[in-house]
Amino acid sequence: MKERTRLSISFELNGSPRRIEVEAHRTLLSVLRDDLGTVDVKEGCDEGVCGTCTVLLDGRAVSSCLVLAPRVHGARITTLLGLSPDGRPHPLKEMFVRHGAVQCGFCTPGMVLTAYAFVRSHPQTTRQELRKALAGNLCRCTGYAKLLDAVEAYVREVCSVR
Amino acid sequence: MGPRPFRYERATSVADVIDCLRRGGANARVLAGGQSLVPLMNLRLVEPELLVDINDLPLAHLRRENDAMVLGALVRHQTLEESEEVRALCPLLSEAAGLVGNVRVRALGTLGGSLAHADPAAELPMVSLALDAQLVTEGPTGSRTLRSEEFFRGYLTTALEPAELLTEVRVAVRQPREGWAVEEFALRQGDFAVVAAAARVQLNDEGRVDVVRLALAGVGPTPVRAQGAEDQLVGAPANPRRVEAASRRAAADIQPESDVHASAAYRRHLTYVLARRALTRALARAEEATP
Repeated sequence: MKERTRLSISFELNGSPRRIEVEAHRTLLSVLRDDLGTVDVKEGCDEGVCGTCTVLLDGRAVSSCLVLAPRVHGARITTLLGLSPDGRPHPLKEMFVRHGAVQCGFCTPGMVLTAYAFVRSHPQTTRQELRKALAGNLCRCTGYAKLLDAVEAYVREVCSVR
Repeated sequence: MGPRPFRYERATSVADVIDCLRRGGANARVLAGGQSLVPLMNLRLVEPELLVDINDLPLAHLRRENDAMVLGALVRHQTLEESEEVRALCPLLSEAAGLVGNVRVRALGTLGGSLAHADPAAELPMVSLALDAQLVTEGPTGSRTLRSEEFFRGYLTTALEPAELLTEVRVAVRQPREGWAVEEFALRQGDFAVVAAAARVQLNDEGRVDVVRLALAGVGPTPVRAQGAEDQLVGAPANPRRVEAASRRAAADIQPESDVHASAAYRRHLTYVLARRALTRALARAEEATP
């Protein structure tokens, strides 16, 4: 029986304070899905390659499968649901719908969160920069063009007129 | 699947890390950004019994000291990529950091972690050779400063002793008439490069090559310096013919292996092409850089 460390972590999940007892070897992905029922975070590759488990950690897109639970203490975690705190769809989500950027939907949460975080820190972004920013989020349906169209429209029609 | 259970220590100082590592022995690992370690743990390829978390240490500093840029081991790739100071003083490091993994890896992955992990196909170990970086370590017997060339010893193997921590990286700031470039070929953006090349060139007042460093990744068990190619360029005016010859020399000097990603012959060809592109782009930048 290997030794293990249990600890208590407090963090903010989509605006609500959480405090849980957890073993140190647990990943944020597993804590969110298995302990807290936050199933809008999807589990894909477990290697940080596919982007389906993307969450925002203090506003930056990270792979929740590669973040160990102790590193979450004191952090702000945002999942897709956290982008729509009042229940109204976030404008970026609306663009995804309008441009047909959603097919099976499995990559959508990670894709939306990655795009949201990148556009927020790079408001003057270009399609070429978006291609690079979204390159780490795999989609097996859309062929990516409609995804880029959706994010580009969000940059052009929503962000620039604020 | 996730990692197997382990004992977790959150280090409060460098001395604390050394102490934990010494007590943990062969089964202790350091957690920095975790972007190389945690995937291996998720795959159960690495099963540490003790994980020493160093993220709370004050090692994310970034400052200029005379002609050197001093970078703490916990500086994240995203900072290297986006910091105005790094872009101005050490643009080769910025360019390389932007090629690492994907945005999520760059948000958390660290400079020290990438160097200590020592993947032979990774960008930052290669660039540390091109920059002749000095790596500062702290261990049970005190502090050491190693040149990059002494640091990378083999596949995922460095000169770090068991209870030693890489704490700081020092690189020379960009000089007038200095150019730089990183070129890589990967099957998909964000994958490890099949082969990569990093070039740094400094011209003298007559336009001859004063200093040149060419480093390669993906061509052996460690990143390598293409010294034969460098020797062909030093002291001569740089023209396309010489760059061509030096790039052929770089390809001739390596002993790449065939693996699932590429044959040795293909790696040799990529080395020639990428060395030529990197040297050409670095020289163009050196020529347009006004003193």
